Amino acid sequence: MRRWLVLLLILLSLPLRAQTVTVGSKKFTESYVLGEIARKVLTDAGFKVEHKQGIGATGIVWTALTKGDIGAYPEYTGTISEEILKKPGLDVATMAAELAKQGVGMSKDLGFNDGYGIAMSASEAKRLGIATISDLVKHPELKAGISHEYLARKDGWTPLAAKYGLTMRPDGVEHAIAYAALSAGKIDLTDCYTTDAEIKKYDLTVLKDDRGFFPLYRATFLYRLDLPKKAVAALDALGGTIDEKTMIALNAEANRTKDYGAAAALYFKGRGQNVQVHHDTLTEQIAPRLLEHLALVGVSLLAAVLVGIPLGTLAARPGPSSGFILSFTGLIQTIPSLALFGLLVPLAFFGIGLRTAIFALFLYSLLPIVRNTAAGLRAIPPALRESAEALGLPAAARLRLVEFPIALPTILAGVKTSAVINVGTATIAALIGAGGLGQLIQSGLSLNDNETILKGAVPAAILALIVQGAFDLLERSVVSKGLRT
Amino acid sequence: MIHLQDVTKRYGERIALHPTDLDVAEGGVTALIGPSGCGKSTLIRTVLGLIEPDGGRVTVNGQGVNRESAEAVRRKVGYVIQDGGLFPHLTARQNVALMASYLKTDGVDARLGELADLTRLPKDAFDRYPAELSGGQRQRVGLMRALMLKPKVLLLDEPLGALDPLVRAALQQDLKRVFTEEGLTVLLVTHDMGEAAYLADRIVLMRDGRIVQEGALDDFRERPAEPFVAEFMNAQRPAVAI
Repeated sequence: MRRWLVLLLILLSLPLRAQTVTVGSKKFTESYVLGEIARKVLTDAGFKVEHKQGIGATGIVWTALTKGDIGAYPEYTGTISEEILKKPGLDVATMAAELAKQGVGMSKDLGFNDGYGIAMSASEAKRLGIATISDLVKHPELKAGISHEYLARKDGWTPLAAKYGLTMRPDGVEHAIAYAALSAGKIDLTDCYTTDAEIKKYDLTVLKDDRGFFPLYRATFLYRLDLPKKAVAALDALGGTIDEKTMIALNAEANRTKDYGAAAALYFKGRGQNVQVHHDTLTEQIAPRLLEHLALVGVSLLAAVLVGIPLGTLAARPGPSSGFILSFTGLIQTIPSLALFGLLVPLAFFGIGLRTAIFALFLYSLLPIVRNTAAGLRAIPPALRESAEALGLPAAARLRLVEFPIALPTILAGVKTSAVINVGTATIAALIGAGGLGQLIQSGLSLNDNETILKGAVPAAILALIVQGAFDLLERSVVSKGLRT
Repeated sequence: MIHLQDVTKRYGERIALHPTDLDVAEGGVTALIGPSGCGKSTLIRTVLGLIEPDGGRVTVNGQGVNRESAEAVRRKVGYVIQDGGLFPHLTARQNVALMASYLKTDGVDARLGELADLTRLPKDAFDRYPAELSGGQRQRVGLMRALMLKPKVLLLDEPLGALDPLVRAALQQDLKRVFTEEGLTVLLVTHDMGEAAYLADRIVLMRDGRIVQEGALDDFRERPAEPFVAEFMNAQRPAVAI
């Protein structure tokens, strides 16, 4: 059974292995925009390009690059030395040499620095007389809302607070939401990228790094050294073409149009190239994501049914294996999805994309199916079990003709629960580049754009209702009338 | 036909059956009777291999009952339990024909008709589910299911325990007729001396995992083997008096 499952998963992932250059991007506006620019220049260079948008944080994208799931993605020098190589303060030449040892190249400097900074409302900063990060020491009452990645980074909040002697305890927030929270006065401080368009939009002040904590974050593309020379040349040709002012304008364009392609087009327009921005219709935006979503849910659920029902049948029998199976499937459920992805992505068989997402969803779908199968079978009265045995039916026939049909309503309820939960859980597949309706939600979150979020969330909710309805119909047609009276 | 020799069973510290012998001759009807927990249900289950005895030997029609032979023995022995033990997801007809369809035997419909006449089950009950049948009808369907493959031996464990007195009396008559017409060898568990006396030609009284006395009703009345037998008969008197 497991061998078939593995085969099925491999077959499903075959289309991803086609001869294309895959560009990745991280989960924030600028990364999306740079990814779109790379898509355009690589397409012009004659490649078939796929842009896997908004793949989680640095660790996941870097793993995806070294494993070959993607061919290139935009990165920053500070992040490369601090987070990836874990050797702070490297110069660019040493950095490139270190990366080459891992099969990764670094394109020419794009032309701008996008450092981390600490931002607060300009009027508040003026009122409190805060101009530098050192000034914050006098205001421990200020509320800091810091992005999850920055809280965890080696060059992040902890060493920053240590260097400056900051005592406030920050809350973790989503980067794009932090700006809205800041402008609504829910928080006073947040980490920012110095090229974020929101700095101007919300009239924020980036506090002066008076002790020189932040390293330089020069933007570049990291690419696999096995990438075709023509592709590397196309990325290198972007070197020095985007200065800070341009990048801020591109980010602002993405926020204004809610369209990363439009922001990329603005870049090419500035270079005298007129790029026709293709605006996807609502159907074009939603339909492919919906299909991906259905594939994620359908395949993972099918696998969970094929594995879960036999496991539940084993668990229905008294004995030590029963407790083991039930606690094991229960344990899986307690692993947060991001942690599970983090564990799976570095493994040889997985990486980013469909396979890992389907496997994770499969694991999450197991518990309700296993539990309900076991419960349904255990609930069969002993007298009925004995009657089937007394007829002289062999064990397999008793299961097929008597026990499964009687337990069917409970088993189906378990599958239904799994399916409905799965439709919701599948929205996180976007975090590892597996697409689905979650991609619209993630992209909307990065732009703080409710309309795009709803384009993903509403179809997901409707899909959950349809799935529920479909199972109700299925139940009516396959469960014996004798069990419903 | 049914032969038990030195059969024992214990559950941990509790002894369910002391070494016990029992014979039911071909065509004989034996009733096992006794208070709850006396071992009568354990004993009847060993005949079908539903309970594996710790010691001793069980044979049915000369064939030893053990883990390997149990399935074959069960197909030649009918078994009826309280309330019929019908499968709720199958109609009356499907319940009765289940084993025959599994074995793909011929003449299922003809046998169904025969059995309906024999057990006096109304034809319109055939396509109903157990939940839609009366208690008496469920018991008749359970009996049909047990007799479907024309067994020579029939075991009944408190078959009429859940029925009201009128239905019970009617079914007792029908059972007696069926035993004769089908030429069955019968082992019956009941806690009602009246029912035992009416249906069986021999009564076996058990207490605490042992057979206390066996014989005809008169033997129990007139020659109780120990004070417990007299006590048991006294408790049963109102029913026996009928």
